[in-house]
Amino acid sequence: MIPATMLRGLWAYRGFVLGSVKREFQSKYSNAMLGAVWSLLAPLAMIVVYTVIFSQVMHGRLPAGSGAADTPYAYSIWLCAGILTWNLFAEIVARGQGMFIEQANLIKKISFPRICLPLIVVLNALLNFGIIFGLFTVFLLASGTFPGWIFFALLPVLALQVLLAIGIGMIAGVLNVFFRDVGQFVTIAMQFWFWLTPIVYPASILPADVRPLLDWNPMAHVIRAWQDVLVKGTAPDWAGLAPVALLALLLCAFGLRLFRRRAGEMVDEL
Amino acid sequence: MGAIVVSKLGKAYRQYPTRWSRLAEWMLPGARPRHQLKWVLQDIGFSVAPGEAVGLIGINGAGKSTLLKLITGTTQPTTGSVYMEGRVAALLELGMGFHPDFTGRQNAYMAGQLLGMTVEEISALMPQIEAFAEIGDYMDQPVRVYSSGMQMRVAFSVATARRPDILIVDEALSVGDAYFQHKSFERIRQFRRQGTTLLLVSHDKQAIQSVCDRALLLDGGRLAREGAPEEIMDYYNAMIAERENDNMRATVRLNQLDGGKLQTVSGTGEATVADIALLDEHGARVEVVDVGAPVTLQVTVRAHAPIPRMVLGYMIKDRLGQPMYGTNTHLKELPLDDVAAGEDVVYRFAFPMNLGPGSYSVATAIVSTDTHLVNNYEWRDLALVFTVVNMRRPYFEGSAWLDPAVDIQRT
Repeated sequence: MIPATMLRGLWAYRGFVLGSVKREFQSKYSNAMLGAVWSLLAPLAMIVVYTVIFSQVMHGRLPAGSGAADTPYAYSIWLCAGILTWNLFAEIVARGQGMFIEQANLIKKISFPRICLPLIVVLNALLNFGIIFGLFTVFLLASGTFPGWIFFALLPVLALQVLLAIGIGMIAGVLNVFFRDVGQFVTIAMQFWFWLTPIVYPASILPADVRPLLDWNPMAHVIRAWQDVLVKGTAPDWAGLAPVALLALLLCAFGLRLFRRRAGEMVDEL
Repeated sequence: MGAIVVSKLGKAYRQYPTRWSRLAEWMLPGARPRHQLKWVLQDIGFSVAPGEAVGLIGINGAGKSTLLKLITGTTQPTTGSVYMEGRVAALLELGMGFHPDFTGRQNAYMAGQLLGMTVEEISALMPQIEAFAEIGDYMDQPVRVYSSGMQMRVAFSVATARRPDILIVDEALSVGDAYFQHKSFERIRQFRRQGTTLLLVSHDKQAIQSVCDRALLLDGGRLAREGAPEEIMDYYNAMIAERENDNMRATVRLNQLDGGKLQTVSGTGEATVADIALLDEHGARVEVVDVGAPVTLQVTVRAHAPIPRMVLGYMIKDRLGQPMYGTNTHLKELPLDDVAAGEDVVYRFAFPMNLGPGSYSVATAIVSTDTHLVNNYEWRDLALVFTVVNMRRPYFEGSAWLDPAVDIQRT
């Protein structure tokens, strides 16, 4: 799917890719006194807000089940499983749609393999996700709610989710260079998508005739997989994820094709 | 290693009448193209042999930068192709992508990585980069406190830390102080001696003539001329004069001289040099002159039309076309008013030939003020060629005769 020249370019510029990831991380916090702590505080604040509002104020209840579902932390774990992973997805899409415009100067002036840019976006998002999710895992272990070996079933889910995100991000990123409306549209669409996915509310509170519509939301399958593993300790619904994987691959293939065909024109347009 | 072959290269930008028309062109199946092509470069073909140095000149907007971007691969050509062998370093936009919050050292790593180097390679080169940049402790300060000259020092040092097979230099080098300009130019010369192919874009006549073997003139997106740097620079200057000149009768002519050199003559032709000669102290015409000998440059100007104000200038150049000395009768405050048509004016400039041994040429200009950009009656390059030899003096170096009186004291 990825041509050999692209891979060779990426390999030759691995120093640039890794260096960019490192620098972006540093620059984000280099002038802040609390430094990298901020990368934890933001999602933590979000989780606290949702926990308080939904479990206390709105009396959100999870359907009873096995594993962590019966512990006092159930709702928080359930929220973390959804929000942290959605944030990863949203970050890749958002950074992806802006990546070519943000780096316009570099693209216009310096010759380097442009395919490095989506990779940098993905690695950066994964780094941020790794930090917060690592801490979350420590919390799971400490509170005795770690689901066990089934935890590693999340790796393919993670890979699938990243593919889906960068596929969308790349398509939006290329289109955004030519039609700046795309960036605005994607930002709004992501808001709706977040609330149309059972992340802060369980799917069970939806009316029965609406619930089948969720099957058409690829992110609902992905988020449910995280929740299944982390809250219930059960394996993800692989059959439900298969069409999502296909979609992710198709989007990536389409994104790459679009990128390759429009890369030259893109430089002229920036 | 180090060859560049450019063939049938062309670049056009797509212009859409509205934003919607691009969408229509993309989306509607079988739709006719809705864009117009705006050609900025067309049918460019040339090759540079390994180790050769080629200068690229042209007025602003001639397409020089676009051509360099196509050659370095930053933009993709609409037609044709570029073939290059070996490692390429391009000094196009020095300091591009420097992040103000990071130190010079961190940015040097970043710049090196953008050139495809690994961290280990850059680390190994770092002492040398620091030594060349000569910015001392600033290397570990954030770039936002740098002056533009310092930023450029770091950028240049990184970009040239390794000798490339092909070096592409834009006018970037005009930044920085005179000291660093000299230093960076010396490094480019050194690369040249070691076999690096050089492609240099500059408006600086001296730079082109002293470094390049050949020059290309770009005009209106096309390759207008290709040849010896001196010849192309003369043609370029004449072309600029033409542009500035109101009188559209003027054209640039090229005369083939003995020995294969091309003489550029431009101007309206309302006054021309009828005769030019170098005379020795006895008034005899000479072509070979001894160092320090008294000579007279005699120029006969014929007016073909009434000239309200006439100024004659001349410039002595060495064999690379670098100016040795030039003056004119405006600077000497001896302009002539109201020269009648058909009149012959004989100018005599007497001076000692204080030049070093070598071949020199004289260019003449007949104008109305002190530049040839207002009224250019005639501009003639290589109007006269002469040779200076050293017959009576002890051997010395250089192109000027600056004989000192030496006083040495031993205690």
